Amino acid sequence: MITIKNGRILDPSNNIDEILDLTIENGVITQLGKNLPTAEDSQVINAQNMWVVPGLIDMHVHLRDPGYRHKETIKTGTKAAAMGGFTTICPMANTNPVTDNEIVVEYILSKAQKEGVVNVLPVGSVTKAMAGQELSAIGEMAAAGICAISEDGKFVENPALLKTAMTYAKMFNLPVLSHCEDPRITGSGQINAGKYAEKIGLKGIIPESEEIAVARDIILAKATKSKLHICHVSTAAALQHIRNAKAANIAVTAEVAPHHFTLHDEDIPPYNANFKMSPPLRSAEDISAIKAALQDGTIDVIATDHAPHHEDDKNCEFEQAQNGIIGLETAVPLSITELIEPKILTPLQWISKLTCNPAKILNLDKGTLTVGKIADVTIINPNIEYTIDKQKFVSLSKNTPFDGRKTKGKALYTIVAGKIIVNAGELVC
Amino acid sequence: MQTKKDLLGIKNLTAEEILMLLKMAKAEKPKVKNPMLRDDSLRQISMATLFYENSTRTKLSFLLAGDYLGAITNDLNISTSSVAKGETLIDTGLTLDSMGINIIVIRHSMAGSAKLLAENISAAVVNGGDGSNEHPTQALLDLFTIWEHKGSFDNLKIAILGDINNSRVARSNVFGLTKLGANVTLAGPATLVSSNIAHLGVTITNDITKAISDADVIMGLRVQLERQKAAYFPSLPEYANFWGLNESHLKYAKPDAIIMHPGPVNRGVEISTNLIDGNRSVIYPQVENGVAIRMAVLKYLSNVGAKTGENVIKLL
Ligand SMILES: [Zn+2]
Repeated sequence: MITIKNGRILDPSNNIDEILDLTIENGVITQLGKNLPTAEDSQVINAQNMWVVPGLIDMHVHLRDPGYRHKETIKTGTKAAAMGGFTTICPMANTNPVTDNEIVVEYILSKAQKEGVVNVLPVGSVTKAMAGQELSAIGEMAAAGICAISEDGKFVENPALLKTAMTYAKMFNLPVLSHCEDPRITGSGQINAGKYAEKIGLKGIIPESEEIAVARDIILAKATKSKLHICHVSTAAALQHIRNAKAANIAVTAEVAPHHFTLHDEDIPPYNANFKMSPPLRSAEDISAIKAALQDGTIDVIATDHAPHHEDDKNCEFEQAQNGIIGLETAVPLSITELIEPKILTPLQWISKLTCNPAKILNLDKGTLTVGKIADVTIINPNIEYTIDKQKFVSLSKNTPFDGRKTKGKALYTIVAGKIIVNAGELVC
Repeated sequence: MQTKKDLLGIKNLTAEEILMLLKMAKAEKPKVKNPMLRDDSLRQISMATLFYENSTRTKLSFLLAGDYLGAITNDLNISTSSVAKGETLIDTGLTLDSMGINIIVIRHSMAGSAKLLAENISAAVVNGGDGSNEHPTQALLDLFTIWEHKGSFDNLKIAILGDINNSRVARSNVFGLTKLGANVTLAGPATLVSSNIAHLGVTITNDITKAISDADVIMGLRVQLERQKAAYFPSLPEYANFWGLNESHLKYAKPDAIIMHPGPVNRGVEISTNLIDGNRSVIYPQVENGVAIRMAVLKYLSNVGAKTGENVIKLL
């Protein structure tokens, strides 16, 4: 039995923001109330001045297993998740082999069972081998336990094929998570098109690459009445399309990655590939639009797009470097520093984007502190000063642009199904 | 003035450093055409050219600049080297370091590659052109040529015509000319002159006549046939028709305007044949100045290259 005392309970699923105690027994949340008596055999966590929240859900990560275990394994990736406060993560399908059939899904789930320390809910690909030609085994993967389908990392170029996939996935109640960037518009672009790209002579990626893709996918979501979720939105223009679609009652949701509300293109040290990702870091104006969209609910979810890469994939010519940065261990401090401290979001608004909102999109019985539910709980100290140090990351990869950055706030306890995985900032498994 | 380890771009140089290099080039220039004046001041320097993109003239210009100063010069033939076997740029650089090479001249199709190499090895690195980023020795030789003809840069009007977006020559010249006080106008079809370039402190236009009006210097850039294939303009004749420089334009420029081109030139496309061969053209003096400026650059960097490891100040 675990008793969490005197914490500020932030549970957006029940609209609770109150100092309460919480008890966990046999992996389930058993009581929530003021000054709960502490049973003799109970392990007590004093959460005074801390936030007690539903276990965080990251609906967009890359775990690299199968295929690239030198970058990340399910063991190291789930440990990094726990250290970042996440109790559930959804690895994308661009593994090798691609997660396009139930055998790969079962491999990931059994690996997660054996060596994982948080919940792992795989995402299946839209097309076989992510080649954009034939549908993956969507139904069989649904039966095996995927939570969504996505071609993430790639864009399904053929709109007729995506429409078919959306129509088909809807029967299995699976949302389609769409990486909206049309490679025919991106071309050989490397960073956001603008003054800075001109200065350092890298080819620019125009925002229309994302905007056109988002607009197209919204049209297909409207036509199919399927659930569409736009991954890692980076531009003001795309956000406006999403806002309009929501107003028109189209079933579209959207996420943003912490790097896209923290950094803009001019923050990139010349040719430093730890700042290279897809979509790219955009302009300061886009960051303002992202913050406004977080406030008005146009953006439902914060997800890291945790993308581990080996140093050899980053310490090379910028154009040769792989896209993506790791994010599991920096999402909470960056969010608190960039969104909570400047009062862009209330703590409850912020937590909803990491708990009940992704749970709703993925149809998960998670993201809540309701009594009787499985005890996935995270405790965050929002006031702790934390200088990001990549050498201390438990992720197998260190590709972050945030090394040395001063932030505020950190997850100190991560509890998965009643089991303490991170205790006072230390992994205990 | 601090000695820098590498020459990666004009954007990293101060106006004083640029002018110093031009003065050094002036002193070296007589050695280009007069063999009696050549010396062996760089006999302790071993240099290598590492060209991942084809270029005969820039590579030869660097090798001759080294030869005229007595350096040991080598061309690493990329297609037959281990690079073709998939060796990384950094590993190739470390290999050359281990062989005692003091100065490496690199040309590469990717922006930032010269910087990547410079940051990971001890030898001095000269950027011989990296993607669409910079081509600093080309800009220095252009600046040297302008300086010889105009005596200063103050308030000169420079028109640069052509494929600006993809041009490292244009970028390096823009950085150099604006630092030295000249006014730069870039002109070409809108598909090849991004509006974002205006942020670099230049004027942009799609009207070649406007660009040339009152110009002291007109610089044409090579137009690559690949751009037409990628649909940036319909055809080379149409390009020449709207953005090619010919005699009819000259009345708009200053009477003593000079015409420049980094070469190799497409006759009748960027510039008409009559202008290339006419008395305003300084295209061949540019080639001669190219060897002189590269001699100056090698001399400047050899101070550092000869004693790699100690007191090396990295130019980032
Ligand atoms: Zn993606």
